[in-house]
Amino acid sequence: MRKPKFGVVVFPGSNCDHDAFYALHKVLEYEVNFLWHKDTDLKECDVIILPGGFSYGDYLRTGAIARFSPIMNSVIDFANKGGYVIGICNGFQILLEAGLLPGALLQNISLKFICKDVYLSVENYENNFTKGIKDKTVLNLPIAHGDGNYFADENTLKDLEDNNQIILRYSSKDGKVSNGFNPNGSLNNIAGITNKSGNVLGMMPHPERSCNPILAKTDGSLIFNALVNNILN
Amino acid sequence: MYRAKVLIKRRPSILDPQGKAVEIGAQNLGLTNIKNTRIGKYIEFDVDTKDKAEAEKEVSNYCDKLLANPIMEDYEFTLSKWTPSEDEVK
Repeated sequence: MRKPKFGVVVFPGSNCDHDAFYALHKVLEYEVNFLWHKDTDLKECDVIILPGGFSYGDYLRTGAIARFSPIMNSVIDFANKGGYVIGICNGFQILLEAGLLPGALLQNISLKFICKDVYLSVENYENNFTKGIKDKTVLNLPIAHGDGNYFADENTLKDLEDNNQIILRYSSKDGKVSNGFNPNGSLNNIAGITNKSGNVLGMMPHPERSCNPILAKTDGSLIFNALVNNILN
Repeated sequence: MYRAKVLIKRRPSILDPQGKAVEIGAQNLGLTNIKNTRIGKYIEFDVDTKDKAEAEKEVSNYCDKLLANPIMEDYEFTLSKWTPSEDEVK
């Protein structure tokens, strides 16, 4: 099997870019390139990661300015041609601003920055980001954000539900989805969604922070490995 | 040249937790008549053209594409003729 090549975009203010590089390259042993926000060349990567952080200082709105970086034009073209893109945290916010995913992320309802481990019910196994990890129905991943409160209008939400685009919801340890396990006020406990064609994933939790067995938690690697297995095998 | 003043408001249907939190401060101050505090953004800038229609078009474009997110925000703006004083021209 050919080794896939990941590209991690570096925006001014990204701060999970090196975590993503470390997890994907040092731990999971995939080839990884950093992609500078002022460049337009995606260096023939198979999967593009938009990492977490505070691109452009979160000025105006999270992700609003990063969305107009030169590299984003290439990422949008790549995604529209079926290329795989994962936006994590601030990366998810950028994908929403770029229109690659529907909806918006508002400030957490508590107004607090929340940094903790959460449980996530995997809602759909029929896509390349989760297919094949069926033995694991609940993932344990960290969140770290101030603006993770997912919002979309009624029609958009219905579309997401009807097309099975909701991949992850905040849940209890045994997968029960209810308000009590919703950390940020997110609509319908949404933690991660894909686009209609299933090649763009946005998620608030940080899979890259949960890959190294030394840190005891490795559920994040399930998503990266599932994607690699599903698109290259 | 025109001076644009843009007001960006959260859509009425969207909860504003920041406004709610600030209003708790009003209550603590004893300002009991204060209700429905909503926090938005105010942005001003100059538009370097003599043509008002062109200025309006460009400001709308700026608001639609960057300054406001139509999913959660509404905006309004005013344009007024403006001659910057010497120390404002850099």
